Amino acid sequence: MGMTMTQKILAAHSGRAKVEAGELVLANLDMVVGNDVTSPVAIKEFEKMGATQVFDRDKVTMIMDHFVPNKDIKAAQQCKICRDFCGEKDVTNFYDVGKMGIEHALIPQNGLVTAGDAVIGADSHTCTYGALGAFSTGVGSTDMACGMATGKLWFKVPSAIKFNLTGSLQKYVTGKDVILHIIGEIGVDGALYKSMEYSGDGLASLTMADRLTMANMAIEAGGKNGIFEVDEITLAYLRERGAKEPVIYRADQDAQYDRVIDIDLSSIIPTVAFPHLPENTRTIDKVGDVKIDQVVIGSCTNGLFKDLAEAASVLQGRHVAKGVRAIVIPATQEIYMRCLEEGLIKTFIEAGCVVSTPTCGPCLGGYMGVLAQGERAVSTTNRNFVGRMGHPESEVYLASPYVAAASAIAGRIAGPMEVL
Amino acid sequence: MKNTGNVIKYGDNIDTDVIIPARYLTTGDAAELAQHCMEDLDSTFKSRVHWGDIIVGGWNFGCGSSREHAPMAIKASGIPIVIAKSFARIFYRNSINIGLAIIECPEAADAICDGDKVQVDLDTGEILDVTTGQSFKAAPFPEFIQQIISAGGLVEAVKKGLVR
Repeated sequence: MGMTMTQKILAAHSGRAKVEAGELVLANLDMVVGNDVTSPVAIKEFEKMGATQVFDRDKVTMIMDHFVPNKDIKAAQQCKICRDFCGEKDVTNFYDVGKMGIEHALIPQNGLVTAGDAVIGADSHTCTYGALGAFSTGVGSTDMACGMATGKLWFKVPSAIKFNLTGSLQKYVTGKDVILHIIGEIGVDGALYKSMEYSGDGLASLTMADRLTMANMAIEAGGKNGIFEVDEITLAYLRERGAKEPVIYRADQDAQYDRVIDIDLSSIIPTVAFPHLPENTRTIDKVGDVKIDQVVIGSCTNGLFKDLAEAASVLQGRHVAKGVRAIVIPATQEIYMRCLEEGLIKTFIEAGCVVSTPTCGPCLGGYMGVLAQGERAVSTTNRNFVGRMGHPESEVYLASPYVAAASAIAGRIAGPMEVL
Repeated sequence: MKNTGNVIKYGDNIDTDVIIPARYLTTGDAAELAQHCMEDLDSTFKSRVHWGDIIVGGWNFGCGSSREHAPMAIKASGIPIVIAKSFARIFYRNSINIGLAIIECPEAADAICDGDKVQVDLDTGEILDVTTGQSFKAAPFPEFIQQIISAGGLVEAVKKGLVR
């Protein structure tokens, strides 16, 4: 019996010729990631382990992104713990204000992960780098500490769902709509403990940005990781970002899958996830009349240049509806700069949006856009749980940048065709 | 090891944002986190939870973010054990790593009611609903995970050289 892409990467990283679903392996790690919320707990556990140095100073990445620039004294203390630790251990990839970006946008951008890598991060959206053909998964702080100290971590080898993609996306349809559609179909635990493996002719029509968004939300289907078959688009991206030499793992012809799901990309239409679960999806034609108070365009899910360019194409020459607050957050400094150079920032500000420095802030109800009781937001982020963006009686509707921008203009959930 | 406690029961998809809202993630102090455990879902939790109580949940318990603060907040609230139909995978790992006992048993999670007194034998996976007299059996952990648990969590396992 053959292996899936994920199984091959785990086998190669644990010195095994072959692994099977359900086996426990101890795998060598190529990168260990943490942020300003999870790293302070990991640092405490790292010290409890009696560790004195990180296993490899080039293979630990710590990014201050959740509550920076420091939202309050406690957040400032958390960042200081990380800053002091990385200084003391001489960690190469420490990203502070000025250099930082949202971790899952910054790491691919800076070429810190390549195809074939095994990566853990103390952030659930670490699964994003599966878009690059890496095995990448979110863990907790103690796992991060173990990874920093030993360069290894235990994994249960996952079984997989194969997504066989065909066709190509219609205009105004994005990777976000595809992944929301998938989560709507299989549910928030539809891929529990499993890999979500993407392949098929349809891959050719998906940009890296679309793939990063789709891999990013594997966790919202309960998945251990999402992973894309490496193709020319992946390789060109890795070269452009200066990533190290990729190692390509392809699934065996006789690899076993729990399920194979065929998706014709041309059949997907803009999709919105209603409160309070990402699986509560409705296509844009069935959303009804939902008035909104806020729009957030950004996050590790949809804060890339392509996402912001899509939003800007809708907002260009139009204005945010009265009573709606629209917050745009480029995910990294480089993306911010490109938005500035290509006139997107001007478009956003003229349309009545506010543009923020990179931060995870509003996505998790931290700061920079917290919702009041009874308020509703359309957001390009990834979760719409109770209280996710603020008051427990507020509501979050997840959507693509096109839909978020159109909704900002309409003052209610709307598709781009309704305002263009 | 046998634990007996009263049950506080919740439904499916209990996510880490309701277990501990992100607005409180500016600390890693477990006792401080426990002050806000479950508050967005169940404002009565803090006043009714007693040391040794057991949480029973439905499918996909602990879904959402990777915050270890979630099992930390539950454990520091005095809850030694969570029984659920299934657990989200990061929450599952985190709980094992910090020494919060978790038991996957759909039958028990279905049958046990809020307020029931339940006895759990962590070594055998036997669950007895003392209130109703019903008993259930959960599958034991794989051996490597049992080693982490008996070492007292991942920190101790690393110290003992189980990860090298």
